[in-house]
Amino acid sequence: METEFTPFASLAGGVLIGLAAVCLMLLRGRIMGATGVLAGALMPASLHDWTWRALLLLGMVLGPWIYFAAAGQLPVIEVPASTPMLIFGGVLVGIGVTLGSGCTSGHGVCGLARLSPRSFAATGTFMLTTAATVYVLRHVVGG
Amino acid sequence: MRSLLTFLVGIVFGTGIALSGMANPAKVINFFDLAGHWDPSLAFVMGGAVMTTFIGYRLVLRRPAPVFEPTFDIPQNRKLDVKLLCGAGIFGIGWGIAGFCPGGALPALGTLHPQVVVFVAALIAGMLLARVLLARVAARTAQPAE
Repeated sequence: METEFTPFASLAGGVLIGLAAVCLMLLRGRIMGATGVLAGALMPASLHDWTWRALLLLGMVLGPWIYFAAAGQLPVIEVPASTPMLIFGGVLVGIGVTLGSGCTSGHGVCGLARLSPRSFAATGTFMLTTAATVYVLRHVVGG
Repeated sequence: MRSLLTFLVGIVFGTGIALSGMANPAKVINFFDLAGHWDPSLAFVMGGAVMTTFIGYRLVLRRPAPVFEPTFDIPQNRKLDVKLLCGAGIFGIGWGIAGFCPGGALPALGTLHPQVVVFVAALIAGMLLARVLLARVAARTAQPAE
């Protein structure tokens, strides 16, 4: 399945993601990590803890609709994985981000930006295992 | 005011994800598929996000405290351990299979796309499972040795 190379939209989207991370640090003093936000919303330590994360999530799910208002269509979502593989992958992502204390946003964006050695190690590791997994699924088993 | 601004930060993040292509598994998987239909877009997402955050954090962290909280709450642990690396490794395998990472899938949930709903349900199940396992391991190691 081919996808179009979109350097400008992707760069602009990346800048917005960064802007959100900076604003969350400015306002609440917290790392903008999707894993932490979701975990804290599902299993909150306090009402205060739950409220800001729930508000953040509520804003996030409106993102595709802001895109819709500007572009006239919802963002493209194409899932190459079959449903059983999607579920299997989802469970692995959930286990992995819990053990690894973060994902692409927490380690890959915020952690790299604050030069955290743990985040550099985590990001390097998951980029490598993701690429290896895609290679095996596309060119070894599925080829 | 606090609530409204936090909500707006969520909107900015979600819009960024939607615009960047991170909500599209086909695009994400193609970034990693160097031997196939390689799509380098994800490098631009990461580049834009990391540069913006790198500069912004340096400005923000000059302040003595954030606007709405008494202190900055930033992880201080700098040590690498097996749990971190195994977790990151497992996350990557799942990301390569599904094509969604949590930050890409949560905003995408707003479209109520059935496959996104399935992924997020599996993601939450995995997070809960890992917590149960971690709690068991902690309880076992806490028991006094014979």
